[in-house]
Amino acid sequence: MLLTFFYMLRTGGMKTSITEWLALLEAMQKGLAGQSVDDFYYLARTTLVKDESELDRFDRIFGAYFQGVDDSLEDLFADIPEDWLRRQAELMLTEEERAQIEALGGFEELMRALQERLEEQEERHEGGNKWIGTAGTSPFGAYGYNPEGVRIGQAGSRNRRAVKVWDKREYRNLDDSVDLGTRNIKVALRRLRKFAREGAADQLDLDATIDKTARNAGLLDIRMVPERHNAIKVLLCLDVGGSMDDHVQVCEEMFSAARSEFKHLEYFYFHNFIYEAMWKDNRRRHAEKTPTLDITHKYASDYKLILVGDATMSPYEIVYAGGSVEHWNEEPGAVWIKRLLSTYPKAVWLNPEPRERWDYTPSTKLVRELMDDRMFPLTIAGLDDAIRELH
Amino acid sequence: MADRKFTGTNTYIATDDLMMAVNASVTLERPILVKGEPGTGKTQLAVEVAESLGKPLYEWHIKSTTKAQQGLYEYDAVARLRDSQLGDDRVHDISNYIVPGKIWEAFESERQPVLLIDEIDKADIEFPNDLLRELDRMEFFVYETQRLVQAKHRPVIVITSNNEKELPDAFLRRCFFHYIKFPERETMTEIVNVHFPGLKKTLLAEALNAFYRVRDVRGLKKKPSTSELLDWIKLLLAEDIPPEALRGDDKRSAIPPLYGALLKNEQDVHLFEQLVFLDRRSNPQ
Repeated sequence: MLLTFFYMLRTGGMKTSITEWLALLEAMQKGLAGQSVDDFYYLARTTLVKDESELDRFDRIFGAYFQGVDDSLEDLFADIPEDWLRRQAELMLTEEERAQIEALGGFEELMRALQERLEEQEERHEGGNKWIGTAGTSPFGAYGYNPEGVRIGQAGSRNRRAVKVWDKREYRNLDDSVDLGTRNIKVALRRLRKFAREGAADQLDLDATIDKTARNAGLLDIRMVPERHNAIKVLLCLDVGGSMDDHVQVCEEMFSAARSEFKHLEYFYFHNFIYEAMWKDNRRRHAEKTPTLDITHKYASDYKLILVGDATMSPYEIVYAGGSVEHWNEEPGAVWIKRLLSTYPKAVWLNPEPRERWDYTPSTKLVRELMDDRMFPLTIAGLDDAIRELH
Repeated sequence: MADRKFTGTNTYIATDDLMMAVNASVTLERPILVKGEPGTGKTQLAVEVAESLGKPLYEWHIKSTTKAQQGLYEYDAVARLRDSQLGDDRVHDISNYIVPGKIWEAFESERQPVLLIDEIDKADIEFPNDLLRELDRMEFFVYETQRLVQAKHRPVIVITSNNEKELPDAFLRRCFFHYIKFPERETMTEIVNVHFPGLKKTLLAEALNAFYRVRDVRGLKKKPSTSELLDWIKLLLAEDIPPEALRGDDKRSAIPPLYGALLKNEQDVHLFEQLVFLDRRSNPQ
């Protein structure tokens, strides 16, 4: 039964592994989740969730799974035979009460009394915002009966039930596909620094030499290291204006993070798409343009190219000469981006639009094809993938 | 050993989920990774776990320059070089120059210890990866002396992180995880009560009102945390501030007295004063 939960987690996008799953089972075997669903929830959360950004997702899946348990109980009720309910009533009501009720109106009345009794019990056991845990019947045991799950002719009881812990979804704002601060971007960009020391070992590593010599009990042991390529070179091209206005903040954050992170950062702006020229100062964009050819000639191919734009425009702006909304372009944008890409083999396109929307915009599809699918959403997760692509 | 459960201490209020996480990690002998806002008592947790379970505590505080190896042992090559120059006899035995680190110390403990690895995210990105085997098998190999060091008792390992770097999956898979969220009012009341047992109810209620009001101010660079609240209440008591002073005339326009204890950043103080000023102007008494 719990295996379904495991696969729900996996299909829900959690990276739960078998190791973690076994750890949970082991913990359950040792009786850690014995008392209530709350305990089980806490235990499952501590074993299976590894990052606070996943907490919300976990809560939703957990809710869905136990909602399922709940619903199946509801279905079960449809088939509950009358005498089963009578037995239940026998358990719940005293002999005298039953006699009274029978005298009053038979089965209907009995069911009503039972319902009342169950409600009463619900209040008594619930108190606060805990869920279930009534009378020691767990909703996922073999005979998963639980007074709440069995709704005896009572509609909408779920509304009155106190909120479940996981239904509160307290961790909503921590999901990493939403939040993107400068610090996070810096951490993501920092990955680009990792390969800074590469190439032939041609410098004396003083510290290592001293250390090795000492370890060698005084015999000189010379250590060499490759020269430190402290600077990864980045060419950042940002789309400005028009539909990009919605994304100004995230682009600013991206830009400021990149600026402090890379020593060799060159940036240019463009509008909607790359044509024969870009500019560095938006206020004087018409006066001071830099020809794109100059850029490709000036900055060598070891620069990593990062294009930031929503790729939302008319497809004409990409594929036709003269398609630009601002000026007459002799050659189509597609030609220009191909030139850029042939100069800079390491290139990515970051798109601030959510990935779900990409397929609905023909121009986005087009740009993706031109970029050989190297388009990533401008989120921490997307940035991570993009950086990996740039290596 | 596992029968003693962690339920918080006289000075530390643990929520149900935190207790579950700690007990699970103690029972299954796996490390627990604790994250959360600064000032929610991540580091304190290890101290309290050790105290409440009656176990010795080993603390290893991580800095940006810390290497995983330093937690295991260090080979003091320079001392050996010096000894060799001076003709000291110790030089022939390399084990004289092996200095055990915190993990080694914890492994050698006669009783099951609690090992705190504090702020693991401060170290290099590769740091956690270098500790995988050690945390998993609770053993490591000393190459210089060809000796295998194994834990006498698998320590309870508490690892804290401030989220400055992402931790590798392989590492996370070996840990239990708990995110200490900022305490809700109820929990906060308990926490304050534990620290200031005789505190007047009215003062506590007003102080908490004021505190959460400050926390709710949008755009604060550093929100006040539990430790700031405790300091602030200590100040309020020392200055003998009456509860009424915390309320102010109008609920929204009060500047709490001694708010310097709550706001640690002059920009925040400035922002807060401005907001209060604006508020006063729009709601004249």
